[in-house]
Amino acid sequence: MKIKIMYFAALREQAKKSDEILETSFTNPNDIYNYLKRKYNFSLEINELKVAVNDFYEDFDFELKEMDSLVFIPPVAGG
Amino acid sequence: MFEISKESIEDYKNKSLLTHECGAVVTFEGRVRNHNDGQSVDSLEYEVYKALAVKEGEKILQNAKEKFDIINAFCIHRVGHLQIGDLAVWIVVTSKHRKEAFKACEYIIDAVKDTVPIWKKEHYSDKSLESKWVYCNDDHQH
Repeated sequence: MKIKIMYFAALREQAKKSDEILETSFTNPNDIYNYLKRKYNFSLEINELKVAVNDFYEDFDFELKEMDSLVFIPPVAGG
Repeated sequence: MFEISKESIEDYKNKSLLTHECGAVVTFEGRVRNHNDGQSVDSLEYEVYKALAVKEGEKILQNAKEKFDIINAFCIHRVGHLQIGDLAVWIVVTSKHRKEAFKACEYIIDAVKDTVPIWKKEHYSDKSLESKWVYCNDDHQH
């Protein structure tokens, strides 16, 4: 299935892109991040991240659907 | 109400939430300072995941209204490339009595730093140091 992924901050820099459509057989954020971490050599470990699906925080075992929007959230630092 | 702005937010300081029941107004200004963790900082770059940031920000303001006896609350966060002294975040809380407004204002800035998807990258005066994304998961001392 196709998943829309947006990248921010350190992940955007390491992926060298802001977004992409990923064709994948993985169905949850956990498996997709492990795949992307190897692909882009992400420095952040999965336990340092949060994940959002369709602009809501969700768990890493959330069951994804075709064209869901997925964002891995590095540690935040507003203020 | 929670807002994100790419432009200067100084003018928001004129924003008034005053009604006749208000006996206290507490505001907070978060500004870009010239150092962090022993390094001299030249500027900061803020990045936001806006759709989620606004949603989380609104939730924080709603929680503040439920937890504390306040009348109203507003927060705006600036993003983009900010220079030393620039206003990065501004909060105003109104209440009948001062204590609840002080507590709510501190709750809001702590929660914003904790959960709103905004990131900042530090550019250092020492150009031999690579600019770095700040990860402040500590006790909100920054």
